[in-house]
Amino acid sequence: MYLLNRIQRHRVNYTWMIVSLLLVASLPFLLFLGLYLKSFLLLHDYHLGDLLFSKVWKPGSGKFGFYPFIVGSVWVTLLAMLLSAPICVLTAIYVTQYTRKRFLRIMHPAIDILAGIPSVVYGVWGILVIVPFISRFVGPLFGVETLGYSILAAALVLSVMIIPFILNILIEVFRTIPVELKEASLSLGATQWETVKSVLVKKALPGIIAAFGFGLARAFGETMAVLMVVGNVVKLPKSVFDPGYTLPALIANNYGEMLSIPRYESALMFAALILLAVSLFFNLVMHFFIDRYNKFTA
Amino acid sequence: MKLSGKIEEKVFKVLMVIATYSILAILALIIYTIFAKGIRALSWEILTQVPKGGYYYGKSGGILNAILGSLSLAFGATFLAFMVGLPVALYINVFLVRMKKLVTIIRFILDLVWGIPSIVYGAFGFSMMILLGLQTSLLAGMLTVTLFILPIMIRSMDEILRTVPVGLSEAAYSLGSNKSELAFKIFTRQTISGIITAILLSFGRAIGDAASVLFTAGYTDNLPNSLMEPVATLPLSIFFQLSSPVPAVQDRAYASALVLTLIILLVSLFSRGLGKRYHKTKINF
Amino acid sequence: MEMETTHKIHIENLNVFAGKQQILNDINIEIPKNKITVILGPSGCGKTTLLKCMNRLTDLYPELKVTGKVLINNKNVLDAGEDIVKLRQYMGLLSQRPYPLPMNIYNNIAFGLKLKGVRKRRELHKQVVHYLQQANLWDEVKNRLREPASRLSIGQQQRLCLARGLAVNPEIILADEPTSALDPISSQYIEEKFVELKNDYTIVLVTHILRQARRIADYVVFMYLGEVIEQGTVEEVFENPKMEKTKQYLGGTFN
Repeated sequence: MYLLNRIQRHRVNYTWMIVSLLLVASLPFLLFLGLYLKSFLLLHDYHLGDLLFSKVWKPGSGKFGFYPFIVGSVWVTLLAMLLSAPICVLTAIYVTQYTRKRFLRIMHPAIDILAGIPSVVYGVWGILVIVPFISRFVGPLFGVETLGYSILAAALVLSVMIIPFILNILIEVFRTIPVELKEASLSLGATQWETVKSVLVKKALPGIIAAFGFGLARAFGETMAVLMVVGNVVKLPKSVFDPGYTLPALIANNYGEMLSIPRYESALMFAALILLAVSLFFNLVMHFFIDRYNKFTA
Repeated sequence: MKLSGKIEEKVFKVLMVIATYSILAILALIIYTIFAKGIRALSWEILTQVPKGGYYYGKSGGILNAILGSLSLAFGATFLAFMVGLPVALYINVFLVRMKKLVTIIRFILDLVWGIPSIVYGAFGFSMMILLGLQTSLLAGMLTVTLFILPIMIRSMDEILRTVPVGLSEAAYSLGSNKSELAFKIFTRQTISGIITAILLSFGRAIGDAASVLFTAGYTDNLPNSLMEPVATLPLSIFFQLSSPVPAVQDRAYASALVLTLIILLVSLFSRGLGKRYHKTKINF
Repeated sequence: MEMETTHKIHIENLNVFAGKQQILNDINIEIPKNKITVILGPSGCGKTTLLKCMNRLTDLYPELKVTGKVLINNKNVLDAGEDIVKLRQYMGLLSQRPYPLPMNIYNNIAFGLKLKGVRKRRELHKQVVHYLQQANLWDEVKNRLREPASRLSIGQQQRLCLARGLAVNPEIILADEPTSALDPISSQYIEEKFVELKNDYTIVLVTHILRQARRIADYVVFMYLGEVIEQGTVEEVFENPKMEKTKQYLGGTFN
């Protein structure tokens, strides 16, 4: 049954491992290189500054201004973070400091399910629930007429999508704070809330920032759900009730046109390159933060 | 000072409770919406037939093309990611034990790729596809999704492999085991439940993602029958049906969404169950 | 020439560093053949590290740097390169906590046998039974050979580890505080077994239990803070300790 002897098997396994490792290790570089080469056509003909800050998007006329999409992405992401971050922090504190351990047993599967629901399904839910909610309740509440397909809709859906990511990290962060710290604070006469506010949150701060960073990165790159509810109108949004357009949505919606207009493909690849760069940048920064956090708690 | 402190505490406590239960409530709302809307349109026909002519305008048929397409694509991608991911995770944890710096660098690179959005992989996959002369196909989609889930697969496995105690390695080495044997015969058995969880987690991500297959897998009304032909996927199927002007078709989109969600929920339940079963041979230290 | 037949392991100028900290300082000892040598000392004196140097398990700890010579059968273990895989089979390891392999009881023993080249089912079975009997475990497990080894009690697991180690035919047995996690009966069993085994194996036992050393040692190496303070036969060291630290440790007046 042993077709190869021990040494041969070892060599086969070893080769398999090294090849796989090289493949994986080169992945980020390959991604960057590939997309850069593909966007080269565009970058060659246009100024980077023009591309990023020009507001006009008319590929047919050779005008590639990515600004509306960048702005759309930024609005949606920031708003989603604004909505989701406080809820996550409050929940993480509540679940780790104020409830019995049994409660976590309910939270963990709940978070897992939220994390597992695919983007498209979130989009469907967004169309069914969030969009009408905005057009029928929230809009009129602010005296605005809106179809519902808006920056706000995308932000609301996105905020729910990133909750599991942020929450998982936050719960982990709060759970790994040594009990002794809490005990020390309480024995000095502080109440539980004062302990949380002044001691625990300070200690957890780098971890909290890291969690937010991950949420941001995740939100910025989200495609389907946002695409389905954001409106997909190329215009600088003036309010959150306006429809918008994000970078991922740009790529997803127009890939069919890519090959018909010159440099269009290059433009979309450039959009992907921007997303890649932003994502790598965030990962780098967050890595740095987590490193500091680990050294802090070590 | 004391009174305002107490009020502050009470206020925040209320906020915390609201926050926590809101999350649970939203989850319940999502599940309810998907189930309620989906189950109405769900029928045997939808599950077992391919779209007939005019399907997107209300004629008969089903989403079997997408169900089987997604399953085959996800299976293939998960398999490929496993074949590349497991050796990498084992290599880091067994062979590179002495080279801390190299391990840190590799884990750092893995961290970098971990959060890259799937649409980036989609765009990259599209370029590669053209470069290699492939058409939109099951194969192109599979390869792209493989790249997408690789970081997830490796990270999950790495995390579980790190928990193997040194003493077990010492025992195996003392018996004359070499590194390969330690890795593939002992580490894998010790962490089998974690490995299965990693595989199922990656499968769930693979089957649910749309952006990575959007440009690479194409779409078709046919059942998957060749690696080189376009294949239908559930996420795209949902999206296309939803874009139809006909309400009946939109209803079918909800049913499809329900099917996709159920598959993923089943997979994650399965992973918990299987994980527990294989715990038998694992040694708890 | 006398050295080759009466001494199994020669350790020369062994130094171990963990970063800037020195764990073992210029160790020079001879381990006699077919005797029980006990390495004795308080916690933290480096005795476990010394043991792990002998079969180069120090490789698993990236922070450790090892220099010097560990000669077994005239081969320097520390220089062995790829041969280390075979060399390690010369030395069975019994750890403080039992680490059964994540397999059933039968395969725990069979694993090592297969590495040695035993393939045929009948031969495997015969040897598995033999070694389980040697470790006095056969009667207790004969009806559940296919059950996971994790279901055994700690005492049984340790005996399983002993059987497993013996199955690969080592010449030396390295034991790192093998009874500290066990109940008195299992401990006694392991000690008696070692006394039996020394006729065929060279045994190096690390312990901090004075009484255990007293009971079963032939030869004693006393260590403190990474250095060998004194070594000799058990009578020499226990009845006539030459160094002050040894006297203090044995008398219980250590600080």
